[in-house]
This record gives sequence, C-alpha cells and structure tokens, in this order.
Amino acid sequence: MDDWLTFILERYNYWIVIMLMMTGLYIVFARGNLVKKIVGLNIFQTSVFIYYITIGKIVDGTAPIYMGGELEAASHHGGKEAGGAGHGAEAAAHDAAAAGEAVHAKIDNSALDHGQELKDALKHAPAPEEGGSLHELPDAGDKIANAMGDHLGKTPPADASGFDVGSAAGGAHDAAGNAAGGVGDGAADALHGAMDAVVYTNPLPHVLILTAIVVGVATTAVGLALAVRIREAYGTIEEDELEAADEIAEFGHAAGERAQAEAGAGA
Amino acid sequence: MEHLILRVTTKLMFAPIILFAFYVQFHGDYGPGGGFQAGVIFAVAFILHAFCFGLDETKKVLPQKALIVMMVIGFLFYAGTGVVTMLLGANFLGYDALVPESTHHAGQHYGILLVEWGVGTAVASTMLTIFYHFAGREPDIDQEDW
Amino acid sequence: MNLIAQLPVLPIIIPIVAAPITLLLPKGRVPHLWACLFSWLTFAACIALFAEVSSTGPISYHLGDWAPPIGIEYYIDLANALVLLLVSGIAAVVFPYAYRSVQLEVDERQTPLFYGALLICMTGLLGVTITGDAFNVFVFLEISSLSGYALIAMGARRDRRALTAAFNYLVMGTIGATFFVIGLGLLYQATGTLNMADLADRLIGQDNRMVEAGFAFILVGMGLKLAMFPMHLWLPNAYTYAPSAVTAFMAATATKVAVYVIIRFIFSVFNFDFAFIGAAFTYVLLPLGLAGMFVASFVALFQEDVKRMLAYSSVAQIGYMLLGLSFATVEGLTATLVHIFNHALMKGALFMAVGCVVLRAGSHSIYAFAGLSKRMPVTTWAFLISGLSLIGVPLTVGFISKWYLLQAAFEAGHWYAGFLIVASSLIALAYVGRVAEVMLLREPAEDGKYAMPKEEAPLSMLIPMWVLVAANIYFGVRTDLTGGIAQRAAETLMSMAGGAP
Repeated sequence: MDDWLTFILERYNYWIVIMLMMTGLYIVFARGNLVKKIVGLNIFQTSVFIYYITIGKIVDGTAPIYMGGELEAASHHGGKEAGGAGHGAEAAAHDAAAAGEAVHAKIDNSALDHGQELKDALKHAPAPEEGGSLHELPDAGDKIANAMGDHLGKTPPADASGFDVGSAAGGAHDAAGNAAGGVGDGAADALHGAMDAVVYTNPLPHVLILTAIVVGVATTAVGLALAVRIREAYGTIEEDELEAADEIAEFGHAAGERAQAEAGAGA
Repeated sequence: MEHLILRVTTKLMFAPIILFAFYVQFHGDYGPGGGFQAGVIFAVAFILHAFCFGLDETKKVLPQKALIVMMVIGFLFYAGTGVVTMLLGANFLGYDALVPESTHHAGQHYGILLVEWGVGTAVASTMLTIFYHFAGREPDIDQEDW
Repeated sequence: MNLIAQLPVLPIIIPIVAAPITLLLPKGRVPHLWACLFSWLTFAACIALFAEVSSTGPISYHLGDWAPPIGIEYYIDLANALVLLLVSGIAAVVFPYAYRSVQLEVDERQTPLFYGALLICMTGLLGVTITGDAFNVFVFLEISSLSGYALIAMGARRDRRALTAAFNYLVMGTIGATFFVIGLGLLYQATGTLNMADLADRLIGQDNRMVEAGFAFILVGMGLKLAMFPMHLWLPNAYTYAPSAVTAFMAATATKVAVYVIIRFIFSVFNFDFAFIGAAFTYVLLPLGLAGMFVASFVALFQEDVKRMLAYSSVAQIGYMLLGLSFATVEGLTATLVHIFNHALMKGALFMAVGCVVLRAGSHSIYAFAGLSKRMPVTTWAFLISGLSLIGVPLTVGFISKWYLLQAAFEAGHWYAGFLIVASSLIALAYVGRVAEVMLLREPAEDGKYAMPKEEAPLSMLIPMWVLVAANIYFGVRTDLTGGIAQRAAETLMSMAGGAP
C-alpha cells in the first residue's frame, strides 16, 4: 500500500504530463471549434515541455565538464552548463572581491574557474568569526551561493561585524590562479566532491524545449491565422458548419441541409 | 483624455521594458537570456503601446514595411555570421575563426553576440508582425454576425 | 574557404539565405527568377555532394566546429544523398514550372511570400534528410511543415476549402511532430544523447519499455507525417486544394522524406535485432502497408476529382514503400529506396500535368479532362506516360519499383504479398485507365463549365513536366542507376543496423 503510494507520488510530474497530454488531445479531437482545437494543441505541446523539463532534473548529477587534461575544452564548453550554481558563486565572489578591495579578482568566464570559486567559497566562506546562516550550509553549491549573496546584501560590505570578506575573495583569487596555473586535476576532483548530492539541472533539455516552444508559437500563429481566414471565407469556425457549407457548395442545398440536420442532431 | 492612468503608465514603462530587453539580449552571453527572450520582451513594449494608444500610432513608430526588413536583416545576421566563418575557413558557425589569434576563444563571444543579435531582431519583428496582422486585420464580416 | 569541405552545409545555406531575401523583392517576375536560380544552385550542390559521397564514402560535417556527439553533425551517406538529390532535383523542376500556374492560382501580392515559403519548405526537407542529429530532424521537419501549411492555404484563392485542408493538416502534422518529440525525449532520457550515431551505440542492449515506447512514439509521429494508411486523412484534401505547383512539389518530396526518416531511425538508430522492431515490422508496417495499398487504391477508383484520385494513389504508393521496408531485408530496403525515388518522378509528372489542365480548363475535375487529347495533346501524353509508370508498365520507372518489390517479397518468403502487389497494380490500372478513357475517347465539352480553348500549356510548364516524364523513361531503361545506388545504400544501412546483409 505504502509502496505504490510512494511510487505514484514520487512521479507526480509524470502524472501531470500524462494528464495534460490526454486533456490536450481530447480537446483537439472532441471540440469542433477551430480555436479550441488550437488551444488543445497548445496544452498537448505544453505537456511535452514539462516532460522535457522533468528529464532535465538529475539528482546527484554534475555539469558535464571534462576533467583532467582537457582543461581547454572544458573551460570552453562548460561556460553555460555550469548552470545556476557556478554562476551564483561567481556573483558572490565578485561581490566579495569588490567589497574587500583586497584583490582585483579578474574572473574569467570559464566553467572551471566558476567551479573553483564555488569550491573555494565552500572552504572559506564559513570563516572564523562568521555567525549564523553560513555555518549551517550544506554542500549544495547553489545554496551557498544564494546565502552568500543574501548575506552580502544584508551586511554592508566593509562592516567589521561581517565575516572576513577580503580573505574569502583573496582565497578565491588564489585558487583560481592555481587552477589556471595547471593544478587542474586536484582542483577538479575537489569540485566534483563539492557538487555531490546536488539536484543538477541539465541545460540541454531546456535548450531543446526552447526550440520546441518557438516551433509551438509559430504553429499557433499559423493555426490562428488560418482560423481567421476560414472565418472570413465561411463566416464560421465551427467544424460541422464548415462541413455543411462545403456540402452545400458541392452538392446543392438538399445535401447541405441534410448535413446540417445531422450536425444538429449530433450536437 | 480617456485611460489617462494607463497611458501615463505605459509611457513610463515603455523605456524600461526596452532597456530590459537589451539587458536580456546582451546578458544572454553569460547567463539566462538571449535573443529569443529579448526579442519577445522588445515586442511586448510595442504591443503595450498599441494597446494604449491604438495600432495606428504604433505603426507610425514602427511601420509594417520596416518590420519585414528587420526580419530579413535579423535572419541574415544569423546566417551571415555562419557564412562569414565559412569564408574565413572554419565550418558553418565555427566562431573561433572570427578571432583566430585569440587564446581564450574570444571568437565564440563575438560570434554568439552577433547571432543572438540577429535572433533578437528577427524574433521581435516577427512577433510584432504577427500582432499587427491579427490586430489590424479588417473584418470582412459584420461584428453582429460573429 | 574550401568549397569541398563546406559542401555538406551548402544545400541548407543556399536556399535559407535566399528565402528571406525573396520577401524584399518586388512583385512580379523577379522573385520567381531569384527562387529558380537558387533552387538550381542547391541542386548543383546536391549533385556535387552526391558525387562526393558515392566516390569517397560517408561525410560527417561538424556545425560550429563542435565534434559530435556534443555538437550537431550533418551526416551524409548514400541513402540520404539519394534523397537529397531527389528533393533538390524535384525543386529544380518545380520552380520554373510554378510561374504560370502561380500567376493563375495565387494572389499576386503573395507571390514573393509564395516563393520564399517554397524555398523554406525545400530547406526544411533537405535539412531533415541531411542531419545526423535526432532533434535537428524535428526542427527541420517543422520548418518544412509550417511553410507547407502556408503554401497549401494559398490555394484559397481558387477554392476556400484549401483553408480547412491546411488547418486539418496543421492539426495532424503538429500532433505527429509532437509525438516525434515525445519519442526523442524518451530516447534522450534512456541514453543522454541526441546524435544518431551515438544513440545507436548507446541503445545496444537496451530493450526496456522506455526505448520501446520511444520507438512507438517516433513511428506513430512519423506515420502521421507520411500519411501511413489509417493516419492519411489530412492528405487527400491538402493535395487536392493546394496550388498545383505546391501539390507537385509536396507529393513528390514531403512524404518521401518522412519515409526516409523512418528508415533512418529504424536502421541506423534503433538496433535492428531489437525484437520490438521486428514485431513492428510484422504486425504494424506489413499489414498497414498492404491495407493502404488496397483501401486507398480502391477509394481512388471512385474519385470525381483527378487531383484527389492521385492523392489517394499517393497513400497507396506509401503502402508499397512501407511494405518493402517491412521485409527487413536488403532487397526490401532497396525496393523501398528505389520506389521513393521513382514514385517522386511519376507523381511529380502527374500532378504537373494536372496543373497544366487547371491552367487551361480551370478545374481538376475528371470532366475537365474530357477529350483532352484533342485540346492539349502534349499534356495528355505526359499524363499517360507517367500514368503507365504509376501502373508499372515495362520501360518505365514504375516497373523497376514493382520488380524490386516483387523480388523482395518472394525472397523474404511473403509470396502472398507479391500477389497482392500485382492485384493492387491492377486497381491502379483501373483508375489511371478511367482518366485515360476520358481523355482519349470522350468528346471535349463545347460549352458550359468545363469548356476550354484548344491551347497547349505554355512551354515554361511543358518543359519541366517533360523533363520528369523523360526521367521516368530514362531511369526505367537504365535500371542499373537507381537500382545499383539504392542497393549500395541499403547495404550500408543494413550494416549499420547490424542485421545480416
């Protein structure tokens, strides 16, 4: 009993996908109104978008960054894929650097460096006299980043009561320098460790679905444009009335009226 | 003067929306954003304008003909970037050829900026064209028959 | 720039750059000439590509210099080089043909849009064929379909039913494409890749329910796009009410490309020994192919409208292609590839002939064809020869297709399928014969709705039409050309699938 309940509940997003999919298809087939058909088609497509977003979430996943010898390729490719976590860390480190004025951390836009800062943030951020939120942080990179951001936001940068911003930023800079200097491997492993247990969001399905959304928008626009033209040509967008109009045009009034009567009976 | 509040608000909002569109456009290189989103946001500013001041006023600002040209130029920006990289000896859209001497792939940044600019232009003008056509179509049939 | 190295991307780049510029050109002759020029350039690029592939073997082109499986790859082997050649070739003939017919059938203000959309449609079909990335297939498919909906709707100037036909096609086509995307999603979830070659590697040994569901979604989605028998309902109306040039182009290419996608997915993405696919062959493709051959041919027999009759015949011919595919042998696959090529030649020519009649008589009803041999003898003979090809008379391409198909059927042990192929050809004889009888023996209408002047279609339409008719005969006599290439392509595909050659 409990088992299958968990089975169902754990997969709630798939149920949503299936429900939306069936709703959309039902509307497309059951409704005679052309605009409602388009609406149904949109709901159907939306279910697919949600499905793709669902498969983009990977528990315990990490960004597909090449480790080891392929630093060049990795830093290159990972740019966008480092996702929220690395990015947040970068922002935080940026703030830290600016606030402490200790270092001018010239941060390159490379995934490895992002990761480096992240790792570094993890090491240095729960620093000595810091009290409160930062100590309790789990390893999750994005949370660290957010919390750091929040903290910096709340506390005036140069305030003595804040934690040692300068040292954190300095550390970030050093470590980044190390990584760039070629200590790559070890740093990358540490990065791996830091990113464990993250619900990683694979950006690729999002990109795919962005494309599919664009296609969906275009389809909707073409469909609605056709509906507008159909209404201009026939004066209606109800499917059975359209059929009746075609019957009248082709076989004369009698057949058309019969079709209309049938349509009426059907409705 | 009807809908005074709406009109004033629109006037206030118009510039920030466009500015935000540009932010999303150029930030797309580093973070979430890019041409698709920026184009739509850009178009939204003009659609808002059309809602509050009427389509005719908006068409004075941004005529239909200009939109078609924008669409074409936007698309050619995209394809043209690819063709240029081809002419420079790389594959289609191989941005590294744009700045071959760069050691940190600067070409990738220039390339994606150009492509996204093209995408943004094309999306904005396409969205507006769709809107103009739906909103500005003269109904052949009387309103009562609808 | 190294032209040979960049060759694989040219068939996409040339038309897609030309298409938007068409919108800016002035109305009249210019957009047409412009589109013609670029369709020929594309054809030239495809010929060069085909020559390159057949001499050096498969080509892989990395877009943006990103190596596959990460980047998008264009992968061209003999099978898709053949389809590329076909699509661009048909386009190169249809574009010159289109001018007069479009003048009559499409609103003049829309002509730049018309040629632009036709170029984009061609780009989409070429892109579907050329790409080695599964998601790219979807994108290009929708590019071609969306422009296809618009092109069909442009027939509304002559008959408002084009609008409803386009709308129905849009709904069915979008459902099909979305099913295809769901299938891709399932595959992506199972493997984490979208590159076709990489998918094939990672699918080895995976025959769980997720992959099976993915396959089913892809098959049904593509089935909708290619008008597989019970999912063909959008096709007759769409082909009937579209402008003649559009019908000639789409009938000859759009469904063929969708058949190619099915072939590509079955043979080079899914593992061929994957038991579920075997079941799909035996219980889905084979019976549906046979049913399509008969039901659609039978329906074609009773059509008053020649265009609609030919549209139903297209559904039946797709049945032949699926039948050849379902044998799952090199011979069967060869037959399918040969028929893809040949059917495009004959349907293209037939729909072009109907377009000529529409130009002069203003109708594609069978009554407009009465006594056509006295009014338009050149068109009549073009129709007759390609009609004979459709039936499968020796010395035409239709015969070659039927021959390969029969051979494949008997070698695969489906002897009953062989007899059914012959029986279905007899129905084709009946419906083509019906039109032939009307054209040759009836007296032309002197007055009334279907009266027409004794005037042949203009040369700009006759020459492209006769090029296709000549191709029908040429490839019917030189059997080694298409047959040999299709055989080599089929062997490549089979070896990719890992099945016994």
